[in-house]
Amino acid sequence: MSKAVIQWIGGPVLKARVSSPFHVHEALAVGEQRLLGEVIQLSGDVITAQVYEDTTGLRPGDPVTGTGLPLSVALGPGILGHIFDGLLRPLGDVTQHWFKPGLASKRSGTFDFTPSVTEGDELEGGQVFGEVAGPGPGRGCLVPPNISGRVVSVVAAGEYAEDDVVLVLEDSEGRERQLSMQHDWPVRHPRPSAGRLPADAPMVTGQRILDTLFPVARGGRAALPGGFGTGKTVLQESLAKWCDADIIVYVGCGERGNEMAEVLDEFPELEDPRTGRPLMERTVIIANTSNMPVAAREASIYTAITVAEYFRDQGLSVALMADSTSRWAEALREVSGRLGELPGESGYPAYLASRLADFYERAARVKTLAGGEGSVTVIGAVSPPAGDFSEPVTSHTKRYVRSFWALDRSRAQARFYPAIHPLTSYAEDVDTLARWWQLQGNADWKEHRRRLLTLLEQQAKLERMARIVGKDALPDEQQMTLLAADLMNEGFLRQSSFSDIDRYCSPKRQTAMLRLLMQFIDQAEEAVAKGIAPAKIAAMPILRKLQRLGEEFSEEMIEDKPKVAAEIGAAFNELEKQEAAHAS
Amino acid sequence: MRADVTLSGAAHRLEGPLLFARREADVALNDAVEVIGDDGSARVGRVSAVDDDNMVIEVLESTTGLGLDATRIRILHRPLEMAVGPNLPGRVFNSVGMPIDGGPPVAAAQMMRIDGLAINPAARDLPRDFIETSISTIDLMNSLVRGQKLPLFSCGGLPHDRLATQIAQRARLRDAEAGEFSVVFVGIGVPYDIAANFTRAMEESGALAHTVMFLNHADEPSTQRLLTPRFALTAAEYLAFVEGRHVLVVMTDMTNYCEALREVSASHGEIPSRKGYPGYMYSDLATIFERAGCIRGLQGTLTQLPILTMPGDDIGHPIPDLTGYITEGQIVLGRELDRKGVFPPVEVLPSLSRLMDAGTGKGFTHEDHPALAHQLFASYARANRVRVLASVMGVEGLPENDRKFLEFGDAFEERFVSQSEPRTLEDSMALGWELLRGLPAGELTRLSSTQLAKYIEAGPGPGDSPQDRSLAVAEGEEGSGY
Repeated sequence: MSKAVIQWIGGPVLKARVSSPFHVHEALAVGEQRLLGEVIQLSGDVITAQVYEDTTGLRPGDPVTGTGLPLSVALGPGILGHIFDGLLRPLGDVTQHWFKPGLASKRSGTFDFTPSVTEGDELEGGQVFGEVAGPGPGRGCLVPPNISGRVVSVVAAGEYAEDDVVLVLEDSEGRERQLSMQHDWPVRHPRPSAGRLPADAPMVTGQRILDTLFPVARGGRAALPGGFGTGKTVLQESLAKWCDADIIVYVGCGERGNEMAEVLDEFPELEDPRTGRPLMERTVIIANTSNMPVAAREASIYTAITVAEYFRDQGLSVALMADSTSRWAEALREVSGRLGELPGESGYPAYLASRLADFYERAARVKTLAGGEGSVTVIGAVSPPAGDFSEPVTSHTKRYVRSFWALDRSRAQARFYPAIHPLTSYAEDVDTLARWWQLQGNADWKEHRRRLLTLLEQQAKLERMARIVGKDALPDEQQMTLLAADLMNEGFLRQSSFSDIDRYCSPKRQTAMLRLLMQFIDQAEEAVAKGIAPAKIAAMPILRKLQRLGEEFSEEMIEDKPKVAAEIGAAFNELEKQEAAHAS
Repeated sequence: MRADVTLSGAAHRLEGPLLFARREADVALNDAVEVIGDDGSARVGRVSAVDDDNMVIEVLESTTGLGLDATRIRILHRPLEMAVGPNLPGRVFNSVGMPIDGGPPVAAAQMMRIDGLAINPAARDLPRDFIETSISTIDLMNSLVRGQKLPLFSCGGLPHDRLATQIAQRARLRDAEAGEFSVVFVGIGVPYDIAANFTRAMEESGALAHTVMFLNHADEPSTQRLLTPRFALTAAEYLAFVEGRHVLVVMTDMTNYCEALREVSASHGEIPSRKGYPGYMYSDLATIFERAGCIRGLQGTLTQLPILTMPGDDIGHPIPDLTGYITEGQIVLGRELDRKGVFPPVEVLPSLSRLMDAGTGKGFTHEDHPALAHQLFASYARANRVRVLASVMGVEGLPENDRKFLEFGDAFEERFVSQSEPRTLEDSMALGWELLRGLPAGELTRLSSTQLAKYIEAGPGPGDSPQDRSLAVAEGEEGSGY
């Protein structure tokens, strides 16, 4: 192992004189406490390094040791269901009230390992060689992608620690490779796959405004920008809870500690609607809260996507929630400033755009090395200063994502959640995803979606006009359009994350709700055409029920749809009867 | 522990707050030092960079009057620390943690680093204990819970200090063991009269004995402003997590803190970000605000109520903007309401409490509390939209339903937001239902049919008439029983 001695130190950056060679991006152990660091520059016999932890107390003369590896994390079965810091060091010990420098990265505990290979088998990189016992997916043990060979020996099934040697391979050059349940992988390198596959199915989120209007594909990329208080975090948490991915990687990057506490508090209690198992079993939390060291915040995003890729390589669909990518970009800016690099727009380094691209491009649906199919879907929250979407992080992110979910302050202030603005958001994969909805029995999805968006567009125009001429001066059809748009907003797009009934909405229920509301609007338009005043329609008692459809039409009631449809029909018959009686 | 070492004649360059000196003793990064000028006064500083031969000292107080040859540097071989002990309450300190009330130094039970350590996110306990502040717009619509950080976003000239003082005086837990409480008041760049007013108010409510004050007056060096909240929060953390008290920290004015941060950053020659504030302002503010919270297995809690004045009344200014991204909501005060004579002038629409859902509703306050709050928000937002319409075409051009919303909006501000007396949550809720009864029932879509039948259609019932509980929280007897 290479050695060096600290020569200069200021803040998280140090220079050290080396006595043996180091390479750039090599991970380091600094000082007596063995703080984690990374080499960033080499110059003669002096290295410049950044330290991922509080450097208080370091002094010239303290030792620096190289690890010989780029900044890496240990991927293995001990990750799932736990909470880690930005460098994948376990935080789960709740008796440790404070986050102290020099945290150990070793995970404790043993696993019930069962091998699935025998002596003499030829193994390729990325293949599964065994499994650990436990509920849920993501329990496979993988051969590291860059290693292959013939099995020389394998242990019997039993209890082993994560880093015990359980398998020995002999590679093509005759070298012996010892493998454990976990393996190290450098976080800044994408894990290889056998090839990318097109994204052709949506990741169902259970949120109506997303699935119906702005879907994200499995293996796709979405951005969630919004000023403070617009509900980014609540929406991210809802997605983490209810989306139909097999594994959730939730990275809190420079965000609030209490949000992590919230996830840790709720997820073990909540059930996955598809498997009935606690949500925590399919979740990994990576927390680098805003008061934890900034340099580690920069690494935490890479750590998270590496973990996501690891589960993808087991043939699973993974959703990565990154909250928030702006804090990561700020960390990048801070580190860059300290290195004296030339600043670009808003002080961000000029390579911000390419770093964002590198990150989002790691989202994909792939054929895994083992021959299965896996995906990583990335959903990145963006926190633009003053809610201004023209700032660098939002505008660059927009270039790399396919779904853009813009949060709107005025909707949030009226407590209209999710506060996604339907007219400034978009999704680019609508055409390819329409087929999926067709297979789900909703051939009208695209048409309904188009109609809904047109309605909302018209509403915005008419409201501008109404502001000048007055609502009452609008022709009946236009008043009806406003009524219909209001109904769609209230009855369909609004969805409470805190309601036990409405926090999750299956695609089947979304279709049923949309059909009921469209039926009402059709019949109301017919009635208006027959000369019934929109005010009469606005006063129909059934309207209240439709405005609260999310609450009143639960998953269990989907079969009752014809009954509600009949109720709507009857209400209109009644209205017309009254109108006729009135006229005569 | 190493003995203190004093270096004489080591300093060779002084630039703004940075003192460059030869490293003639063993020092580590971030070691605290005292820089003693020939006037004999000691200035607090810390080692901000160090190499084999030299070191850079960041002087955290004014460097005016410092020379090079006569300057002595006393190296303390430890980071900046504060002596904390059980007899902190009742004391007054300056910006650098020295008593200024004429009393003896605090008998130290232990020394704590003023920078603190980050709370392990996994060891955090979710804040859930509802605090009744007796203010309707907070209790009912933006509830405060123990362990939350909820700032007041104000503008120059608004009565934010009066509001903060009232909260500090009246805040209490409902129907629960109050526990030992403390208030930590942190004045950052405050004029003498504000500090004096707060002292008087706490004295009148009999809570001064539970209050620790840290004062950085407006005429003191701005570099010290960066230290004041850190010393204060160290004391607060000690009281909360070592002594097990429930601590409410009132910090005013965080805008002065941020201005000082900009000043110091500029003097270090750092590349500025938005409006000249340093790029790390978010992280720096986070190291202050994230010190609020509850910890599993520990009894005490630390709640923060920072106050900031928005420069130019602009909520998009970097100071309120970055604060809003860190804190768990905000209470926004508005000039327009203040002009109308509404006190407290809380703008409910941009205000928010993120932890409200964790601490209200069934099992915490009242099962219909969240629905009522949501309905009030939705109706008041609608009233504001109607106001825009009415301002163009007059009230006459509005449909009848819209006119009702207009009336609701006015009544809401005059009767609900404005309050001259403390209200219990029940009082606030009863008033909320009463105001909603003026609206067409069909428009109240945030209420369930049961709630509609119970509170709106049935009219005022025995269950929701204002109770006389308000007397119980009148100032004095219970004081800040929080």
